[in-house]
Amino acid sequence: MNPRRKQRLLAVSGILVLLSGGVGAMLYALNENVDLFYTPSQLIDGLGEDKKKPVVGQRLRIGGMVVKGSVRRDEHSLKVSFDLVDTGPVVTVHYDGILPDLFREGQGIVAQGTLLDATTIQATEVLAKHDENYMPPEVAEAVKGIKHVAPKQTYPAGTP
Amino acid sequence: MIAEVGHLALCFALALSLILALFPLYGSYKGAAGPVLLARPAAVLLFLLTAVSFAALCYAFWINDFTVAYVANNSNSLLPWYYRLTAVWGSHEGSMLLWVLMLSGWTAAVALLSNSLPLILQGRILGVLGFVNVGFYAFVLLMSNPFERTLPFFPVDGRDLNPLLQDFGMIIHPPLLYMGYVGFAVSFAFAIAALLGGRFDANWARWARPWTLAAWLFLTLGIMLGSWWAYNELGWGGWWFWDPVENASLMPWLVGTALLHSLAVTEKRGTFKSWTVLLAIAAFSLSLLGAFLVRSGVLVSVHAFATDPSRGLFLLAFLLVVVGGSLLLYGLRMHAVRSQARYQLFSREVLLWGNNVFLLTATLVVFLGTLYPLFHKELGLGSISIGEPFFNSIFQYLAIPFALLLGLAPWVRWKQQQWQPLLKPLSLWLVGALVLAVGVLSMYQTPAANLALLGLLLGAWVTMATIGEIQQKAAQLGGIPGLFKLQASHWGMVLGHLGFAMLVVGIAMTKTFSVEKDVRMKIGDSVELNGYTFMLSEVYALNGPNYGGQAAELEVFQHGEKVTHLHAEKRFYPVTRAVMTEAAVHARLSRDLYVALGEELSGPSWALRVYVKPYVRWIWLGAILMALGGLVSLSDKRYRRKAAVKAETGAKAHA
Repeated sequence: MNPRRKQRLLAVSGILVLLSGGVGAMLYALNENVDLFYTPSQLIDGLGEDKKKPVVGQRLRIGGMVVKGSVRRDEHSLKVSFDLVDTGPVVTVHYDGILPDLFREGQGIVAQGTLLDATTIQATEVLAKHDENYMPPEVAEAVKGIKHVAPKQTYPAGTP
Repeated sequence: MIAEVGHLALCFALALSLILALFPLYGSYKGAAGPVLLARPAAVLLFLLTAVSFAALCYAFWINDFTVAYVANNSNSLLPWYYRLTAVWGSHEGSMLLWVLMLSGWTAAVALLSNSLPLILQGRILGVLGFVNVGFYAFVLLMSNPFERTLPFFPVDGRDLNPLLQDFGMIIHPPLLYMGYVGFAVSFAFAIAALLGGRFDANWARWARPWTLAAWLFLTLGIMLGSWWAYNELGWGGWWFWDPVENASLMPWLVGTALLHSLAVTEKRGTFKSWTVLLAIAAFSLSLLGAFLVRSGVLVSVHAFATDPSRGLFLLAFLLVVVGGSLLLYGLRMHAVRSQARYQLFSREVLLWGNNVFLLTATLVVFLGTLYPLFHKELGLGSISIGEPFFNSIFQYLAIPFALLLGLAPWVRWKQQQWQPLLKPLSLWLVGALVLAVGVLSMYQTPAANLALLGLLLGAWVTMATIGEIQQKAAQLGGIPGLFKLQASHWGMVLGHLGFAMLVVGIAMTKTFSVEKDVRMKIGDSVELNGYTFMLSEVYALNGPNYGGQAAELEVFQHGEKVTHLHAEKRFYPVTRAVMTEAAVHARLSRDLYVALGEELSGPSWALRVYVKPYVRWIWLGAILMALGGLVSLSDKRYRRKAAVKAETGAKAHA
């Protein structure tokens, strides 16, 4: 091999190694950050064909309708809890913070959080969606889907 | 009547775009001047017809013509006149009309400003643009006609504009963003025209560069405004959500940035040709992908438009034709193109190649993170979402080598560079950056500040290296007066890089030092945050033109002295039955105070979201500085030079 080719070979194989390493790292990071979406009945009965249930402490997303009359607020703080339902079982969501503007009883919401026990979730983020139930479909179509609520950030040490 | 005129004008425009797509291409294929000469008037007329159509829709909004379905769905007689006009692009149909207006505008601009180009090349470029136009006009007319009537049973009043969009940021955000998206069609047309002709020389790159710069500049401003708007309107102080639609705009931006750098190499050194062409194709394809993602309803997002599968299908088909066609052409033609220039491993070419690698990796990350949930769902594996940490952590790692390279590259010569002469000045500047970063950080006594240190260090390094490079140039050119001899595009690069440094510092500082608190307050309560005391003094009912709601007044004190007065609103729009948060922001260069009013609780007390966000302005100011850099580059004299004779003199100058 002449030196020029050798150099090229080195460069190309170097790039390949870097590239595969990079893609590998990326896929790993991707898998680490996947949050599965459950409905209340999927959370309790398990998801998919093999009925996989989430484990306690797992990060996940849950979407369902807020059960009417289930919103309980703490008198002195912003702690709130409510029940979610889709077709059968009920799941309780705890949240500490400001609920989105569009949060209402009887309406569909999505909560992001971790599983506390089989039927309880501690939410870090609650998203409310515009819903056809109280809006003409054409408007619901035009209106942008989701409203954000701040994901709780971890406070840096030393700040109040 | 007026609406029908607008509709008719659009139909004519479609026909005209067909002419524009066929004749000039045919002419340049046959070498006949006649059909090519047709291109210029056709392009200008196309723009005028679209402008008529757009004006017709504006007029329908202005006079509250609720017989037009789109007006009835997106406006209301109580809406102030300026929001009535911006409601024109407030939803899918109208924004598509704005899109084609911009596209025909770019086409007309190319037609008018490309006098100096060879006639055949003009024909090819305009022909390709004509083809792109055909696709979008057909889409507007077939899938999303904004002039559809509600007759005979038209509503008495409209359903009002989405309250989220009733904001100043929304007036200019979509037009700027679309200017950017659509602008990449011009880069694309240049690339395809060059592929058709098989000619890639320094001239081609010099012609393509200002267009790409202009598109990139608009896209930068558009994204920045979108971020600023979200910060003010969504009420939780975030400035980037990794939302699929934001990602859809970030991808063309990243590739467009890579394209700008790759074009510089193609212009100065005549290499990276096939790479540049691929990037131009990719930038436009990603713009189309963005349109598809936003308008097909495949993704759930803050900004997703209508969920109409047939629209999505049309755009997907168009995307496939564009990507497939151009890649086929690339495969057929590109083997003939050879890059002659040689360069060593340590040379500016290789460093700019590194820039491209990192930008494309970033694009790939965004692409994967955006589309992975989509594939996952379509494959029946259940629906998932990709967490923010995925993007944040990978971008953090990518930013380190990227910023290090960015500081270094302008110092390095084309072709080859020795290490030794750079070692001393650069290590001095690096030490300077380190001192600066640690110095700034020492003002914040927090141990958990690794990210801030990293960001400050990278920002300071880029700044220092950029200043150092200017100083070196000054020394070469004989002192400060010599700096006036530097090309505008060089200053553009300097500004762009400083803007990037500012952005990095802003992101790192905000991420690290932002303090937020959700609190429950009664009138007279106060809360302390980072040395600032926020006191809720009053809450009262609001009475706006088309909304009601509540407003809160807060006083902010620091060290016992009053800093400012904040006014936060929570609006209720009865027509759409939507609730909107208008955050109160007190902005300074070094920090933002941010208060959003939440719901009323028993007591009576209110939920309030209170933030102190240091350096958050730097993110947007950095983006503005980058765009300014683009503008300065654009003013470079060599892009306006008539014929192409002076290619040699340009090649010796700096990037």
